[in-house]
Amino acid sequence: MPDADQADGAAEILVRARGLTKRFGDFPAVVGIDFSISRGEAFGFLGPNGAGKSSTMRMIGCVSPPTSGELTILGLNPVTDGPAIRARLGVVPQENTLDLELTVRENLLVYGRYFGLPRAVIRERSAMLLDFVQLSDRAGDQVEPLSGGMKRRLVIARSLINEPDILLLDEPTTGLDPQARHIVWDRLFRLKQRGVTLILTTHYMDEAEQLCDRLVVMDGGRIAAEGSPRALIQRYSTPEVLELRFDPGDHEQAAEKLRGLPAERLEVLADRVLIYTTNGDEALAAVGGLGLEPLTSLARRSTLEDVFLRLTGRHLDD
Amino acid sequence: MTAQATRTAPAAPGRGGARWSFAVREFRFWLTDYRRTWRGSVISSVLGPLLYLGALGAGLGSLVNRHAGGTLGVSYLTFIAPGMLAATAMQTAFGEALYPVLGSVKWVQNYFAAVASPLRPADVFRGHLLFVVLRLTMNCGVFLALIAVFGATRSPLAIASLPVAVLTGLAFTPALMAWAVTRTRDTSFSVLMRFVMVPLFLFSGTFFPVTRLPGWLQPVAYVSPLWHGVELCRTLSLGTTDLGGAAVHAAYLLALAAAGYAAALRTYARRLHE
Repeated sequence: MPDADQADGAAEILVRARGLTKRFGDFPAVVGIDFSISRGEAFGFLGPNGAGKSSTMRMIGCVSPPTSGELTILGLNPVTDGPAIRARLGVVPQENTLDLELTVRENLLVYGRYFGLPRAVIRERSAMLLDFVQLSDRAGDQVEPLSGGMKRRLVIARSLINEPDILLLDEPTTGLDPQARHIVWDRLFRLKQRGVTLILTTHYMDEAEQLCDRLVVMDGGRIAAEGSPRALIQRYSTPEVLELRFDPGDHEQAAEKLRGLPAERLEVLADRVLIYTTNGDEALAAVGGLGLEPLTSLARRSTLEDVFLRLTGRHLDD
Repeated sequence: MTAQATRTAPAAPGRGGARWSFAVREFRFWLTDYRRTWRGSVISSVLGPLLYLGALGAGLGSLVNRHAGGTLGVSYLTFIAPGMLAATAMQTAFGEALYPVLGSVKWVQNYFAAVASPLRPADVFRGHLLFVVLRLTMNCGVFLALIAVFGATRSPLAIASLPVAVLTGLAFTPALMAWAVTRTRDTSFSVLMRFVMVPLFLFSGTFFPVTRLPGWLQPVAYVSPLWHGVELCRTLSLGTTDLGGAAVHAAYLLALAAAGYAAALRTYARRLHE
């Protein structure tokens, strides 16, 4: 149940949703979801594109009124108290919404003014924040020529200008190269260490595993499962997975033979066969015992990708 | 207001004053944005009128004055100058209320950045509108000053044609913004300019009295907001204003501005708070 993690009753709940629903015309983007997010938590919405993550995020950001259901943010109602709630949120939207022709510092100034902050306060915080996201040396530069990772870090700095209680991150590293992603993760991890409440959406299972204390797996506007990354893997997958690739001609036949293995579960994908097991190496030995010779084999730990596959029969990046 | 106060007790926008204080935050965004381009825009706001007043007023005017004799009652320059002033307001409105609004939702997306903050769609609209009012005042102010330099006015009342010209621009601005914010592409903008703005520009009494239009076309001119603005500016400039007529023109322009304003509040809310 969503509230299980708050069983000690000590954690202050910052966001609570009950039966939260969002429709665009006839299209149900979010269908009656329940969740609660506590202060200091890093909470994730994991799912493929179109799962309803961004719609949920926009409702929490008070820029999209719910169609039905309950939503409480910081004890307030987003429909009537939107400005008061938004004053205490930091938002990293899916698209950067930076003014590319202004400088890095001017972008922070313009944004800080939206919150009614005095210029001196914005200046002081900008210096600290640019230091935090390692952009101090670009403060006076136009935003346009900055790399994708730098722009993303600037948006993160911008989202912190009002010292928010909750930071909302919609696909924080989508479109970034691996190195840039790691820098962003590192900064977000530091914020988490400082006790900032993070709410993020992602379709990267590694991002969810790295950053989230707790997450919900979304699919088709609904929550398919909820828990910590480790708990979800324990519950919905096996400790290890053996991935096998066969010659495309032998693929079907091999998969048929593998069904005889004493594995917990077998997933036959278009290009691979996944064998869910407690011990990948033993499973590989058993595969050899059947007289099968896979082109490649890889024994690995289970991930949230496997959880998603189990829950929905599809991949996160489908 | 201290930063701490802002964070822990966010100013909930109330009625009246507090509401406009949020709009001012958006207005200040546009001021910062304008700092990039103000030089070019000021230069063109001077050069444009100079070209028009010179070519049409002095050049074409010398021909008209010789052949039209006393039909207009005044020199052609004096006749068209207040008309051009009102037309400048309309052109400024089209220039400021279409592409910058679409850019704010599509290219720069600054509207979406703004509504992630305490600002509401209505604040974003009002703040941007305030900025267009500033641009209207600047462009029309420069134009009026140049008219004075050309000596193309007959009455000290001409000074009142500045607010009237701004009002003429405001008859168009909110309605154009209300429409532009719903667009996803700019293809229809050039159509609107070509088939609405340009005909209005040509047939609203700017260059010749609408009584010279074919009879069936004259009622069309009376619907044109620009015609009302032109008439009002012209009578002020010539010192021939009568209160009743002025009230009708002003009321018509105000009604259009108010209708556009109401429409924009709705379309902005729909677009920015989906």
